[in-house]
Amino acid sequence: MVPIRIVKRQEPLGWSSCFVLLGAITVSLLVSGIFLMIGGTSPVDGIITLFSGAFGSRFAFEDALLKATPIFLCSLGVAIAFRLQVWNIGAEGQFALGAVGATWMALSFPEAPAWLVLPAMIVMAALAGGLWGLIPALLRQKLKTNEIIVTLMMNYIAILVLDYLVYGIWKDPASFGFPMTPEFSEAAVVGRIGSSNFSWGLVHCFVLGTLLWVFLRFTRIGFEIKAAGDSVRAARYAGIPYDRLVMLVMVLSGALAGWAGFLEASSTVNRLQPSIMSGYGYTAIVVAWLARLNPLFIAVAAFMLAGLRVGVESLQLDLQIPAAFGGIIEGLILLTVLAGGFFSHYRFTRRGEHNE
Amino acid sequence: MNSDIIIALLAAAVQSGTPILYATLGEIFTERSGVLNLGVEGIMITGALSGFLVAKLTGNPLFAFFIAGLAGSCAASLHGLVCLVFQGNQVVSGLALTILGLGFADYFGTPFIGMSAPGFMTLEVPVLSAIPVVGAIFFKQDLLVYFTYIIPFLMWVFFFYSRYGLSLRAAGEYPAAVTAAGLNVVAYRWLGILVGGFFMGLGGAYLSLAYTHLWTSNLTAGRGWIAVALVIFAFWKPGRAVFGAYLFGGVMALQLRLQASGTPIPSSLLLMLPYVLTVGVLVFSSWWRGKTDEPAALGANIEPAE
Repeated sequence: MVPIRIVKRQEPLGWSSCFVLLGAITVSLLVSGIFLMIGGTSPVDGIITLFSGAFGSRFAFEDALLKATPIFLCSLGVAIAFRLQVWNIGAEGQFALGAVGATWMALSFPEAPAWLVLPAMIVMAALAGGLWGLIPALLRQKLKTNEIIVTLMMNYIAILVLDYLVYGIWKDPASFGFPMTPEFSEAAVVGRIGSSNFSWGLVHCFVLGTLLWVFLRFTRIGFEIKAAGDSVRAARYAGIPYDRLVMLVMVLSGALAGWAGFLEASSTVNRLQPSIMSGYGYTAIVVAWLARLNPLFIAVAAFMLAGLRVGVESLQLDLQIPAAFGGIIEGLILLTVLAGGFFSHYRFTRRGEHNE
Repeated sequence: MNSDIIIALLAAAVQSGTPILYATLGEIFTERSGVLNLGVEGIMITGALSGFLVAKLTGNPLFAFFIAGLAGSCAASLHGLVCLVFQGNQVVSGLALTILGLGFADYFGTPFIGMSAPGFMTLEVPVLSAIPVVGAIFFKQDLLVYFTYIIPFLMWVFFFYSRYGLSLRAAGEYPAAVTAAGLNVVAYRWLGILVGGFFMGLGGAYLSLAYTHLWTSNLTAGRGWIAVALVIFAFWKPGRAVFGAYLFGGVMALQLRLQASGTPIPSSLLLMLPYVLTVGVLVFSSWWRGKTDEPAALGANIEPAE
């Protein structure tokens, strides 16, 4: 017999689980390096280009912050749903509908001043995303329909709704046939802060993140979400209205992703076009899990994975590596982090050693 | 519409349903052992690319098809590693596998986009293909379609009339009983993951070797997720999976035909059909609540013994 046995820890690892995370990321990078080698690129060059492209310049830093914004908001939404053991994989679709909702307002009121049109866009984006999240919640509650597959299918549907609009009734007549809406009016654009290159979207993130943290930490409903997430049965027993919480959380989750869609349409491209769908909703899941569903860590992880996307772009430019390489790294990170969780919950002891 | 068109449409339904059927059977096999593998989409596309590359390299499609199955098992083994060895969350691990698989296929497949590889051609079954209507629908297909006429039956025999099948189902139903009987639950779950992954890989390879005959990006287009939904629709029974898969095949075939016929319906709305149908089918199955065989321990990990 192997003289080692596995023992469950009384308490999961605290701060030292950072090392597990670092280990997971190192393994992911090593394996991605092997993929680079198979693809005919020197892995050392590749990883260096990836990192210098991601964090090596001011421009890269700004770009990473810009990309981190939608990822952060989607991830917040994903995290509160996951916290309640509701598997909302639908951030991508809720993001798409949020962008559609915001665009609808921007195109409907091209003459309106900013103080009117921007709030209208936000409300409509959050509403569209929230409703898109409510449908799977209702189905789950009334019929016990599996929310994982429903939310995922609704991603495909939402993206096709977006396509339908930009290829059809919303297409810009002056776009030479390209699928895109006309550009938003000046008032409907979320601009930069002062003369800096940072978008006001960052402020949105900060405010929403703080509000959500306060909500989860200091309100009764926030406490109920946490309690119900730890044990559904205990929560029901304690009289916590679990079903209503699920609906609330899904609407909130969808609204946050919808808000992200609004920011992407309004501050990054200033119009609606299919290319705004670049998988932020899925990256958000990686981020949420990486950050263990904690809002503050989500901010850090969102920035890291946004940086990764920027790095992959420079890999694409400098070394002609397909953009899909980013998916490989993201998938590997998620897998290794999941596997690494084992070391936070279990420890190894020599066989025969006395244990409490 | 005359009858020839309807027969052609039904034959196309069988053909487009076949990749989904392979994947659904694979997922049924895995879930029966108690493991929820949501990585079907990623495993399918891995199989699709491996099959395509091997066929291009060796010129032997049957060998390529087999290798695609092995590639599927390899991809699925990552899920086994994370969930069976390292006790990771099964839902998230499946998602990770999908992200990884799609990235993998795009990364290695990009240089081959638009290229073709030797694949499977229509192979009429003598005598049977002469049967009116049925012959034209079911027996003027390729070899890989014919395999699927036997596999669900074999799987059913395995599940319900073999010792190993019984133990595999027990591992998904009541793992503690399997342990008590002196059998290794984790070994049966590995079997479920590897064999299931093999079929998912085959489903993907059907797409590149028999359906399109060429490599394009996003070849699977959500079929893996449809397969996961179909497992629920099929109540985890291999026989019922056949109907579900052909239903989806029918919708996809209809959608292609409508698009080709130049209908005024925008293509984005037509493309939506299978996804809307998936939601519909799921809602229907959860509303109907027939005699489902959902494994009781599905998705729950087996903690390492003290």
